[in-house]
Amino acid sequence: MEEKQLHNRFSEGFRDGIPIGLGYLSVSFTFGMMAVSMGLPVWAAVVISFTNVTSAGQFAGLSILTAGSPLLEMALTQLVINSRYALMSLSLSQKLHRSISRAERFLIAFGITDEIFAVSSGKCGEVGTRYMLGLMSMPIVGWSLGTFVGAAASSILPEFIRSALGIAIYGMFIAIIVPPARHIRPVGIVVAAAVTLSCLFTYTPVLNQVSGGFVIILCAVAAAAFGAKLYPVEERSQSDA
Amino acid sequence: MPDNFIFYVAVMAGVTYLIRMLPLALVKKKLKSRFIRSFLFYIPYAVLGAMTFPAILYSTGRLYSAIAGLLAAGILAYREKSLLTVAGCSCAVVLVSEWVLRFAVK
Repeated sequence: MEEKQLHNRFSEGFRDGIPIGLGYLSVSFTFGMMAVSMGLPVWAAVVISFTNVTSAGQFAGLSILTAGSPLLEMALTQLVINSRYALMSLSLSQKLHRSISRAERFLIAFGITDEIFAVSSGKCGEVGTRYMLGLMSMPIVGWSLGTFVGAAASSILPEFIRSALGIAIYGMFIAIIVPPARHIRPVGIVVAAAVTLSCLFTYTPVLNQVSGGFVIILCAVAAAAFGAKLYPVEERSQSDA
Repeated sequence: MPDNFIFYVAVMAGVTYLIRMLPLALVKKKLKSRFIRSFLFYIPYAVLGAMTFPAILYSTGRLYSAIAGLLAAGILAYREKSLLTVAGCSCAVVLVSEWVLRFAVK
């Protein structure tokens, strides 16, 4: 039987993680800034970043937290926004070497982000624990450090700079959704449906009373279910995701 | 900041971690339901779409600069530039457009 290639050196993972960590610096910088502008102390912003390591979920969670919305809303919002990690985690479970224990899987799971997932699934063959831990390290450091710098610097940055940086996270989201929406028609349709619903909930009188976290849940679940019903995904294209 | 900040963070981090951990630790076989697999495939795009619009229009100090930033991001993303390039250029366009308009208005 053919033996699959195994990547299991910490240094290799560490090196692969450096560009991800650098990229995270700037996005988490925006998160730190936004957290402080919404009334959180610097340490609280860093605690959120270090324990969550996720962009969309943290930005959504921030408004729920500062609005003092019910904890259930927080849980449901995170569940829906971050449900994509379940798919990545599932896919990664096929990629990990079979010798990896459950305890090690508990550790690796903490670092599953869009970019870490993308890099690790791009490796040919299988990946081991040491490679994964190396890969996670710089992104986690970059994410936490960027949050700290953003939170600490927000008060000294002039208004026009803060205004310009406010769009950074959305620019990144657009960079994630546009290319697949362009190449895979159903993805474009699902995005268009989600955007339309979200705008409806923002501008329609009665509907705009629904709290922000739930709007994202409702729109995303409805649009994705619509897409799954009308355009079921084949086994192949799933693995390209 | 709410008094029970730590509970919010615990729920936030706990839910996020469980989502990442459970499939990796428990699932060894492929999911059978085609609907669920498709749903999970579309979810990230639907979430990001709903989070970006219309929120992006109010992400800067002014509506017009946000629209300029959105257009810049849209064009660069369409040309498949990297995340960092798209986000950075979008910020730069917001900065420049606010600066230009400040003088135009005066």
